[in-house]
Amino acid sequence: MKLHIKYDINICCKIILQEQLDILEIPYTITGLGEVEIKRAVSIAKYNEFETSLRKYGIEIINDPKNVLTQKIKDAIVEMVYLKDALPMINISAYLAKKLNRSYAHLSATFSEVTFTTIQNFMIVQKIERAKHEINEGRETLTEIAFKLNFSSVAHLSSEFKRITGLTPSAFKRIIRKRKETDLAEKHHVQLTKPNRN
Amino acid sequence: MNQDALYVLLADDDADDRLFFKDAFEEVKVKTVVTMVNDGVELMNYLTKPEIRLPNVVFLDLNMPRKSGMECLKEIRSNNKFKDLVIAIYSTSASEKNIEETFANGANIYIKKPSDFEELKKIMAKVVTVNWLHHLSGFNKENFLLYVE
Repeated sequence: MKLHIKYDINICCKIILQEQLDILEIPYTITGLGEVEIKRAVSIAKYNEFETSLRKYGIEIINDPKNVLTQKIKDAIVEMVYLKDALPMINISAYLAKKLNRSYAHLSATFSEVTFTTIQNFMIVQKIERAKHEINEGRETLTEIAFKLNFSSVAHLSSEFKRITGLTPSAFKRIIRKRKETDLAEKHHVQLTKPNRN
Repeated sequence: MNQDALYVLLADDDADDRLFFKDAFEEVKVKTVVTMVNDGVELMNYLTKPEIRLPNVVFLDLNMPRKSGMECLKEIRSNNKFKDLVIAIYSTSASEKNIEETFANGANIYIKKPSDFEELKKIMAKVVTVNWLHHLSGFNKENFLLYVE
């Protein structure tokens, strides 16, 4: 015997969502296709359970709150590193905990899970990115840049720069300058060899 | 299409090396999707196919027959279509002059190829993690230089 079945995928998914949310006693409203509003804060454990229960139906939560939180952490760090001329003299863990209203332990664990790196490392990489930018600008000495970015000394900046990029700040500067010269030379060369149409 | 993975393309003419790299990638925490080609000519043919998803990172052996890593690097960098590709060059030699010339020609990463597998794994873990961070953060590509040995 062969049966032919017609099914409405939207209704199926909606019922699965309702059932799973009811089982986990999460208060919700289904606000549209592929969108559920959760009425109150849900514990991470419960959220994980919900996510796992949906996965066996091939349903995936797109807005992973871990990703959202990680993005907030990054935004806060980037803002701190780039917003002002000099970095504020504050403790990063206290700053993030206060700004995002979560314990630093929670922030730190979530961040590492999503990015495979630590908040401290992300922070130092951002500072080195800004240092690269300042070095290329060439307006300030390395000592001034180190001071502005809260490195204890120019030696400290140099060693962190080397640890992150594998290069010394001066080698970095030399390479970027050489690259610009190569680009310019090529453009110039193209211009010279272009056939004269007149 | 997997948004959470780093797409890697590797060009190396040595079959053993390709195997080593593949194993090393598998042990890295960041998810990678690895494609391999056997030399520079195959690499350029692959990259210019219209139907492929462009990789995030290309690993290039500096010494390859037919078309060297340096030739590929220059060709890739002269094509605007590939401006977002991160290029990692690896070589057994690491003279300062070589390294700086490679960077000046547009490489982002220079890897001095280690002789043992454990070291290679460590290096790949570092390179992939740093790339992943750049991939997620949208850093300025022009300033992205990394030397690992």
